[in-house]
Amino acid sequence: MKEQSKNKSTRREFLKQGLVAGAGIAAGTGLISSLLDARTSESVEKVKVMTTDGQIREVDKAQLKLPRVSREESHYGIPGRKFVMVIDLAKCKNARKCVEACQKGHHLPKGQEFMKIYLLQDSDKTSPYWFPKPCFHCDNPLCVSVCPVGATYKRSDGIVLVDNERCIGCKFCMTGCPYSTRVFAWKHYPEFDEDKEPYSPEAGSPGKEGTVSKCDFCPDLIRVGKVPYCVSACPMGVIYFGDIDEDTVTNGTDTFQFSQLIKDRAGYRYLENLGTRPCVYYLPPVDRQYDVSLGFGDLNEEIKNRYNETPYVKKHKP
Amino acid sequence: MESDKNILLKEFAPQLNRTGPWGYAWISFLLAVICLGIVAFFFQVLRGHEVTGMRDNVVWGIYIVNFIFFMGISYAGALISGTLHLFRSSWRKPIIRMAEFITIISLLIGPCFILLCIGRLDKLPYLAIFGRIQSPITWDVIAISTDIFGCLIFLYLAVLRDLATLRDDDIIKLSKWRKKLYKILALGYTGTPEQQLRLNRATDVMAAMIIAIAIIVYSVLAWIFSVTLQPGWHSTIFGPYFVIAAVYSGSAVLILSMWLFRKIYHLENYITKKHFVSVGVIMLVLAAFYGYFTFSDYLTKWYGSEKNDELLIRLLFNEYYWYFIISNYIGVLLPLIVVGIPKLRTITNITITSVVVIIALWLNRYLIVVPTLESPYLPIQDSRPEWLNYGATWIEWSLTAAGVAVFSLLFTLASKLIPIVPISGFHHDLEDKKEGISA
Repeated sequence: MKEQSKNKSTRREFLKQGLVAGAGIAAGTGLISSLLDARTSESVEKVKVMTTDGQIREVDKAQLKLPRVSREESHYGIPGRKFVMVIDLAKCKNARKCVEACQKGHHLPKGQEFMKIYLLQDSDKTSPYWFPKPCFHCDNPLCVSVCPVGATYKRSDGIVLVDNERCIGCKFCMTGCPYSTRVFAWKHYPEFDEDKEPYSPEAGSPGKEGTVSKCDFCPDLIRVGKVPYCVSACPMGVIYFGDIDEDTVTNGTDTFQFSQLIKDRAGYRYLENLGTRPCVYYLPPVDRQYDVSLGFGDLNEEIKNRYNETPYVKKHKP
Repeated sequence: MESDKNILLKEFAPQLNRTGPWGYAWISFLLAVICLGIVAFFFQVLRGHEVTGMRDNVVWGIYIVNFIFFMGISYAGALISGTLHLFRSSWRKPIIRMAEFITIISLLIGPCFILLCIGRLDKLPYLAIFGRIQSPITWDVIAISTDIFGCLIFLYLAVLRDLATLRDDDIIKLSKWRKKLYKILALGYTGTPEQQLRLNRATDVMAAMIIAIAIIVYSVLAWIFSVTLQPGWHSTIFGPYFVIAAVYSGSAVLILSMWLFRKIYHLENYITKKHFVSVGVIMLVLAAFYGYFTFSDYLTKWYGSEKNDELLIRLLFNEYYWYFIISNYIGVLLPLIVVGIPKLRTITNITITSVVVIIALWLNRYLIVVPTLESPYLPIQDSRPEWLNYGATWIEWSLTAAGVAVFSLLFTLASKLIPIVPISGFHHDLEDKKEGISA
């Protein structure tokens, strides 16, 4: 692991140039390379991509359209994979870039976030911390059990998806999920129309009025060797994504052996006692680089008000 | 016997034959309320569910509350009429028809409320096409449709004799189309001993069956909540608790309808204080059970005070304080006092109590649905502030009012088509006596 983090600084520079890069750093963990391939620059029409033989090439941004598999195909997982996410609570400072990238990537309106960031405080005397919460893609998902029409399903690669064309909008899965992960389209939002591509459950877009949707681990990105929107967007490298069978996770900058990371940092799953067996692990907020108050730094009023009811905000109110 | 029937028919002729100005005013009022509901429904369909107070946290609101409520009074009707029939309670005659009407009418209205809660009504057939037996909603679909079917058969068997009586009637002048309707519906029943025997047997079987179905259906409904992991719902007591609460609310609705029909149709000779006290005592017993279950459920939650249970209890005793007091204190104690103390047992008192019980039980369902959804495992954060708490909008209230109006309208119309007190009830009397002697 130490070897892996050596290349940290060079890689960061590399990424800052807006280049698309292979996972050269991950020496000895070549398997993860497919997850790191593509990084695009948003400001230019041309983007650089790395081809499979290691050449960097400029292509039209339009050519980078993500492939969308059919509804039928989306029922089966990506063969031989089992995805896992690790979230390092020590590094999160509520920059909300993950939320923004996810919203944009999935064409979601404000107020219908797949990724939510909580300000948790376990008890009065314990320290508050920022807690990004995607879907946990449980291995024992209650949302899947209770769905009356099979609109939500667990795939072989561990991903729990929603087929919005099948969903009847009974919202039973929303009450079934103990993590309040699912969101409902209470009307037809204009953002849904931004997406001109045909619907695919893997893209989770375009959204459909009167149906339930949620974080999908971005299988459309994984298929082209990218990591989910939230992972690549996070400036702090809080979110790691990878494959539990390959025992590797990456945040786009650093790559770790999953089992070792969980062992060294005492990783845990949230509300383990509920027996849902999540595929998202958390690293406890120890040795933090930022004060929790920094998380309020650049927030606009609307977002700030969302935390008004937290014990932390109530205590520090002037 | 024949003369008895004639007397009864004459007595009921005005209800069946004519509708006075007040009757028309009442029906017009109900239609107006229903129209308001239709407008609200179109609003909801055209603008999306955003027009309701439901949001991502509180995904189920008063639609589900109404659903549980109407299903509850329906099962109660089934249980009460089925049980009274099987026990051959001699006092049941004048009120059993009402219980049957309540059952079937509320059973038709209840499921409509769950449909209002569904985001994509256009995809409703998927429940049948792609139905998964693992889902409690599928259990519910199967159970409720079985129940509707069973209750319709039971009601039909129960009114068959009256339909035949009305077909043969030549005392009150009924319009031609109605005569024709009665003729078709009476299925050629003439009251031969064999027909009577068969009808009695079929009614007995159906009475026993709807009791069983009612218990199963209401338990399934409770399981929709208790199979989830939500604190406040994830309770083993919910099945029997819902069944008891259902019968309890139904007994109260029965008392209220007894009072209304007694006043409006002048049934003082048929529905007497004895009936009010008898159903009142049933209500008292159920109140005691309901109180016991409620206490048992909340005591264990409070005593162990697991974090999320504690949050829920705190919410119930603060924001929902009066709801909680009315539904779980007054709603339990009032029937115990009013029916329990003989001096207080007047028709008016029992009726007022039943109204309080109806409100208390509706609130009880509200307290089960809404506060639980407002206190999930992860605190509600990073969500728009206006989404934190649930409050029903005019759309939801209009549709609720429309539901009550449809119930009242169908009840009124049914009482105009089929006598609200079984006119062939004296047949029953004789049969019961015979059976009693032979037994």
